[in-house]
Amino acid sequence: MADYQSCLAFLCELLQKYNRKRVMINENTGLVTDLGLSSLEVMEVIEQIEDHYDISIPLNILPDVNTVADLARKIRDINS
Amino acid sequence: MLLDKFKEMAAFQAELRDRKLKAFGAVTEELLSATEGVVEGRRVILAGTNNYLGLSADPRCIEAAREATSRWGTGTTGSRLANGSFSEHQALEAELAAFFGVGHAITFSTGYAATMGTCATLAGPGDVILLDADSHSSIYSGVKLSGAEVIRYRHSDPADLAKRLRRLGDRAANTLIVAEGIYSMLGDIAPLQEIADLKRQYGAMLLVDEAHSLGVLGERGRGAAEAAGVEDAVDFIVGTFSKSLGGIGGYCVSQHAELEDVRYCIRAYIFTASPTPSVVASTRRALQILRDEPELREQLWDNARRLYDGLKALGLAVGPAPSPVVAVEFEDREAAMAAWQQLFDNGVYVNLVVPPASPSTNYLLRNSMSAAHTAEQVDRIIGAYRDLIDAGLVTPSAA
Repeated sequence: MADYQSCLAFLCELLQKYNRKRVMINENTGLVTDLGLSSLEVMEVIEQIEDHYDISIPLNILPDVNTVADLARKIRDINS
Repeated sequence: MLLDKFKEMAAFQAELRDRKLKAFGAVTEELLSATEGVVEGRRVILAGTNNYLGLSADPRCIEAAREATSRWGTGTTGSRLANGSFSEHQALEAELAAFFGVGHAITFSTGYAATMGTCATLAGPGDVILLDADSHSSIYSGVKLSGAEVIRYRHSDPADLAKRLRRLGDRAANTLIVAEGIYSMLGDIAPLQEIADLKRQYGAMLLVDEAHSLGVLGERGRGAAEAAGVEDAVDFIVGTFSKSLGGIGGYCVSQHAELEDVRYCIRAYIFTASPTPSVVASTRRALQILRDEPELREQLWDNARRLYDGLKALGLAVGPAPSPVVAVEFEDREAAMAAWQQLFDNGVYVNLVVPPASPSTNYLLRNSMSAAHTAEQVDRIIGAYRDLIDAGLVTPSAA
């Protein structure tokens, strides 16, 4: 089980190493629009989340994920 | 605006035009043999064709296509469901099934349609597809259409696949695992023994795409599953006629009788014109040659090892083992483009692969070998790479 806030905290820390633009990362940060993640980097991030929570994240959810908050909610839902 | 999303591609195409780089749109004006042509006014060795056995130029296949065109005409003008099959279609399917030692085969008009259509149809809503992260575009397209839950496993990583099967619990029994025999970009071979073991352990089904391994691997040329000794564990094999068989089209073969019902559910089979008579005839002849002349496979591997050993001896960053696909990786975009151009100017045509078509952020110069290459041609390719080093476009051991 992982609640939304803990997922959010994990993501904000994880995404720091992709923070080339040095933006303030919070739940409203866009993964592509603000951080500029490439498709390969998005998949790298997903793999690290999967390892951390011992879950598999279906590709089907990705079209609905734009912000850090979107991803945190998906992790919480898969974990529940 | 609707078309705004293409601006980035337009800028890339404009850059290619400005640089006069023909890596993605070269026109072949004359084909001199299976391994040599006149491309953009320059006579070049063709080392980026996937013409693994050289059969696209085999006189026997050409004659078979000619005879079929005379007998059946130039096209089928419609789907097999609507227009019916020619007896040649059924004969090819029977011969494919016999070749693979299974009961059932479907042919498609392209390899892309075979892979996409099969993946899109076998699994559906409520099912799961576990696909290798480096899967071909046709697989990604198919699984997206399927409506199934789609999960990637790390490239050729059985331990990662095992974790994902474990996480699925009972749903593993409703899962289709997808792997490729030889991965097209780097030429690496899938660990099919381990994948087959997991498939059995969890009661899933396994589909293997042998597009680049038919005629290349296995004692009888059936592909990577034969080479790994796991054909019994493979539920569906898909592949193409466009590489080792020198034509165009694709297939799915299976030990499961249900494939005959699946046929009528695959939209990429139902709603498209069937393969043309000339292609079916040349493919039938090519399949016979593939089956009866294993020396072609030996010649292909001789050439593959010669190129791999030659490039490795130069210190270039090639893969871990010889393969008919040998890719040289570049981290630097400018160096990769300049290297492609110099190879071309030196009379060697290879594939330039840029992300995201390459499996990482690296750029690739992808070479594919053919049984029809001569040793002298392979040595000329190696020499052209040596010239890249001399020109400072690639650094040994750190390409």
